Amino acid sequence: MSLYFKYMSILLKSQLQYRASFWLLTFGQFFIPFSVFAGLYFMFERFGHLRGWSFFQVALCFAIIGMAYSLSECFSRGFDAFSTLVAGGDFDRLLVRPRSTALQVLGSRFEFSRVGRLIQSGIVLVWALDNLPITWSFAKVITLILMIGCGVFIFTGIFILTATLCFWTIQGLELANILTDGGREMAQYPLNIYQKWVTVFFTFIIPFGCVSYLPLLYILDKVHGNKILYMLMPLAGVLFLLPSLLVWQIGVRHYRSTGS
Amino acid sequence: MKERLIELQGISKSFKVAKRSAGLRQAVNALFVREHTIVEALHNISFSISEGEIVGYIGPNGAGKSTTIKVMSGILVPDDGSCTIMGFTPWKDRTAYVKNIGVVFGQRSQLWWDVPVIDSFELLRDIYKIPVARYKTNLDLLTDILDLHSLLYTPVRQLSLGQRMRCEIAGSLLHGPKILFLDEPTIGLDAVSKIAVRQFIKTINKEQGVTVILTTHDMQDIEALTDRILMIGKGTLLYDGTISELRRRFGTHRIITVDYREHAGPVDIPGTSRLSWSPERAVYSVNTEHVLIAKVISRLSEQVELIDVTIETKPVEELIVQLYKEHQI
Repeated sequence: MSLYFKYMSILLKSQLQYRASFWLLTFGQFFIPFSVFAGLYFMFERFGHLRGWSFFQVALCFAIIGMAYSLSECFSRGFDAFSTLVAGGDFDRLLVRPRSTALQVLGSRFEFSRVGRLIQSGIVLVWALDNLPITWSFAKVITLILMIGCGVFIFTGIFILTATLCFWTIQGLELANILTDGGREMAQYPLNIYQKWVTVFFTFIIPFGCVSYLPLLYILDKVHGNKILYMLMPLAGVLFLLPSLLVWQIGVRHYRSTGS
Repeated sequence: MKERLIELQGISKSFKVAKRSAGLRQAVNALFVREHTIVEALHNISFSISEGEIVGYIGPNGAGKSTTIKVMSGILVPDDGSCTIMGFTPWKDRTAYVKNIGVVFGQRSQLWWDVPVIDSFELLRDIYKIPVARYKTNLDLLTDILDLHSLLYTPVRQLSLGQRMRCEIAGSLLHGPKILFLDEPTIGLDAVSKIAVRQFIKTINKEQGVTVILTTHDMQDIEALTDRILMIGKGTLLYDGTISELRRRFGTHRIITVDYREHAGPVDIPGTSRLSWSPERAVYSVNTEHVLIAKVISRLSEQVELIDVTIETKPVEELIVQLYKEHQI
């Protein structure tokens, strides 16, 4: 873990070498999601409600997924950009070092400019929370943190799975964007507005629902029954990460026997 | 007899390569049906290397040099055969094994591009978990022999290729490996840097007892550094032996260049072939198995007024080309 921070500090130093570029990227990342958010705003302006969800409730959902996404793009960028590592042959370099490949790939890239997007989502979060009549409790705060943290795990898991694909083919990666970008867009809204199969897919296969929709019900006091279950839902994100890492190991083994 | 450090037995490796043919139509077809060809990169490679040796690994492009290095450094798993290095099977105990080796890929950097060299070194220290005291002695030593004092605090991107290569090699030796793999360490370097790198490889081999395996296309590297060469072509090991042995086998030719007072016509000497002729200079190729050098010179001096004579042996390069030809690569 300390090595991970060492990697982080050296890459932060590198990125700060190009200050203008860093600020521009951060600035850009701050404004890109605004257009999406504006779309959300105007839609509610027009329709008022979405299946019983108010604007600020959806905005909260939007902000949580946005924060999780920007955090994972910042810290798991190594997996997201893994195809360049394989195509350039630099993965060989990682294999001759006595550390786990997953850690080294994580440490190979950080995208600090995503802080811009994080701040934007943070502002939306605060604004939404400020306008929602939530009675706060300690458990709810924990749930909120879990939602964001475990969201990062899910995105990272998807990045890992996508990266693993690179061991077989460098083409076809766009397909995987359906899961990352598509998943992000989907999970920004409460899942019950979709068709049943979409809900099932994003709850049991890729558990975005477990970090956004389900615990959100708890925070917004829409739950009847076992509250603890809803509260601990985000931990499904951790469960998603583990098999992803396993698949990664298989991929690495495949790489070493084909050298592609 | 020194201990055998590296032992390869019947290593084979083949790759499946997708066939691509020219043309848009074929490219579209390839989207659906892929034809594959099996390329045998390594075929039944066996050799062993003892502790403290410097071995030159040569062969034309695509012969399988890098594949062998990758197998030996644990990056690739061969299809067949066994490889034992310091008691490890490289691809089985990867993390335990790679602590003992250093690898330099001449064409790729292991240093972080935008930060000073020393930062990269410190990160490597953490990656290899080198104890602080040992890191310090190693770094001081390497800084001295590679003359890195002025480079350590410069960002890598501002270094020249030669300076960078010195830092790369230092970086791969910080953890004190027993074996150093160098994949084309002198590629693209100017003469001065080449000599510095060679000198350094010799030094660490002598003083630290590091076993060095290097691939190169530069025969001067080979001549300066090593007596033993392994030659590979089309995935098979073609030659394993010393350069002097190679010379004995192929190096029976000498090139004699003579300068003389102006002479009217070309002079032919039996047993030689005349490579060039001008009124003041001629070059002959002599096969020493058929005619003695002394004889050739005395014959020449009978016919022309000699001013200067130079005798050259064939450079290693040509021996290698001859070896390639013999095996029809």
